[in-house]
Amino acid sequence: MTDRDDTAGAPHAPAKHPGAALLSAYAAGTLSESFDLTIAAHVSLCDACRAEVMSFEALGGGLLETMPPAPLARAMPEPAADRRPQATPGMQEAAARDGDLPAPLERYAGTSSARLRWRAVGGGVMQIILKAEGPGRARLLRIPGGMAMPHHGHRGIELTLVLGGAFHDGTERFARGDMQVAAPALEHMPVAEEGQPCICLAVTDAPLRFTSLLPRLAQPFLRI
Amino acid sequence: MHLQPSALHAAPVSAPAGMARAVASGCPGASVPLSGRSRNGHDAPMSPEPGDTDWSAQLRRVAEGDRAAFALLYAHFAPRLKSFMLRSGAGETLAEDIAQDVMASVWHKAPQFDAARAGASTWIFTIARNRRIDDQRRAARPEPEVLDWGPEPEPDPTEALSVQAETDLLHRALHGLPQAQRELIERAYFGEQSHREIAVLTGLPLGTIKSRIRLALDRLRHGMDRS
Ligand SMILES: [Zn+2]
Repeated sequence: MTDRDDTAGAPHAPAKHPGAALLSAYAAGTLSESFDLTIAAHVSLCDACRAEVMSFEALGGGLLETMPPAPLARAMPEPAADRRPQATPGMQEAAARDGDLPAPLERYAGTSSARLRWRAVGGGVMQIILKAEGPGRARLLRIPGGMAMPHHGHRGIELTLVLGGAFHDGTERFARGDMQVAAPALEHMPVAEEGQPCICLAVTDAPLRFTSLLPRLAQPFLRI
Repeated sequence: MHLQPSALHAAPVSAPAGMARAVASGCPGASVPLSGRSRNGHDAPMSPEPGDTDWSAQLRRVAEGDRAAFALLYAHFAPRLKSFMLRSGAGETLAEDIAQDVMASVWHKAPQFDAARAGASTWIFTIARNRRIDDQRRAARPEPEVLDWGPEPEPDPTEALSVQAETDLLHRALHGLPQAQRELIERAYFGEQSHREIAVLTGLPLGTIKSRIRLALDRLRHGMDRS
């Protein structure tokens, strides 16, 4: 995971990070659930992108601040005498151990990384499909060291976030916290690094909630 | 305990310094002296510019149960929240409901507001955004892992001033944008089109606010010396 310069105005997604377009869409709340999940997981592991998301949230605050006021139909309700107790953020520290799931992913996997229920999909590859609504499919993959990553259909942007181990794609190495953003046209051949298995979160297809879902080709190998 | 200007300002910032003095002088609710420039740099006695009221200070009062402060926040933000939701495609009734709900959340969550991390409008925007997503999905929005402040029990109050100052700077820049450029940002935030245009946006000091937040995060992670 590497730091980078200010890229708010960069036209291309910088390698290993989601890039301004996806981060701003996450801040605006216009992504599909599976893309939201993936960005939240990356941001949990990357302070550069966390800062960028927060700056895009400040931009959202600026838009709100400068909206022309719309007249309200109802008067202000009297504030409740007792405040509803709100969940106070606990001392939830960033997962530091290799292979641990960031908190937003644990919620979707329903368990900690130690108790994940992997399903074999052939060739030693295991996966867990995460339940997220709308377009975009999110799944956790566990690929044995030295093996080629399963090929997903390239109908839209494909995000791969490394959670444990590493993979190589050409000359680039992707380790924990690194995200590969693959455009539909990108020809690539990622291979898990020799040694420990590569665990990653992979999301494919239309990232925008309002984009209509293209008919999907059957992908029997991954059973999705 | 004070900030080192050289380490904290990636770029020279003039307006925030004046604001910091105004608030540090012990009247957090006092109006903030602005440069007097408005849209396109001309004097215009129209709508007040963002930053005229210290909404973060009002929110802190709401946290202490101040109903008058809440009424002020409500009068300002509820009609803007409704307007925001209408532009995002909500109907009249839904937009009103969401605006009312969000303001109720502002009341209930005010004790959690942390001025060292975000400006008041930023915080209210995130509540509204999450509320809109809750409306469209069964699951709540996936949030990043929570970061807590390090060994120090309380964040440095000057940190809050810096965040507010950078936020005000961003708002004023947004205010001064040409209409066409502003509409591109609006369309992206209202979900009307892709965010590709955001990436080619210029003229907003987003990099400045980003470096500011990044420094605060570094301090969080590594307990950097702030004296
Ligand atoms: Zn990143």
